Amino acid sequence: MIKIQKEDFNISNELDSINILSDNIGSVVSFIGKVRPDNNLISMTLECYETMAVKEIEKIINKAKNRWDIITATVIHRYGKLYPGDNIVLIITASEHRSQSIEANQFIIDYLKTEVPIWKNEEYSEHRDWVKTKESDLLSKEKW
Amino acid sequence: MKLKYFAWVKEILGKDEENIDIPIGIKTLGDLIDWLVSEDEAFVEVFKNRELVKAAIDLELQDYSCSIENAKEIAFFPPVTGG
Repeated sequence: MIKIQKEDFNISNELDSINILSDNIGSVVSFIGKVRPDNNLISMTLECYETMAVKEIEKIINKAKNRWDIITATVIHRYGKLYPGDNIVLIITASEHRSQSIEANQFIIDYLKTEVPIWKNEEYSEHRDWVKTKESDLLSKEKW
Repeated sequence: MKLKYFAWVKEILGKDEENIDIPIGIKTLGDLIDWLVSEDEAFVEVFKNRELVKAAIDLELQDYSCSIENAKEIAFFPPVTGG
């Protein structure tokens, strides 16, 4: 399941919807990316090319399903103006055995950060900046 | 053909999308960029470092050598930073 939305997500509801999908789930892994409250950040605005983002996330989930035995994967990514501590992205993976959902979850976030057309703009008291791609994010993807 | 712009590309151009008629002879993304740069100073600023601008044709990321024949929507944007 893929959602691109302005509003926050409710992780309990999302986990509940995963649990009813299969009787074979033995592991559920959730990752939440949040707005990090550092360097006097006032807000972060996320912009998204929604139609392409959904397509790219579909491709990433399909790659993960081809590589690991995951039963299902959920990706919810927010856009709009967010504040330090706010949720940005939720990734849930479920599998029979834990290693599959743990690795698949990390794979999905590593790919999402470098392939899905979403951009962050950070607002500080004196200026605002578009976030640049981090070398560490590119290296994280390369390891897969 | 519809052109869409995102993030700082959109800010420099002052618009998020437009419909344009492409002149005959424009075959590739690179040709299109050369033409846009020749038509509008703002595109000179956007494409002053072309490695920093990605392009997608009909929702698929493509190299500048890719043909734009039959393209319905082309988007220009910086490297992505979501997640």
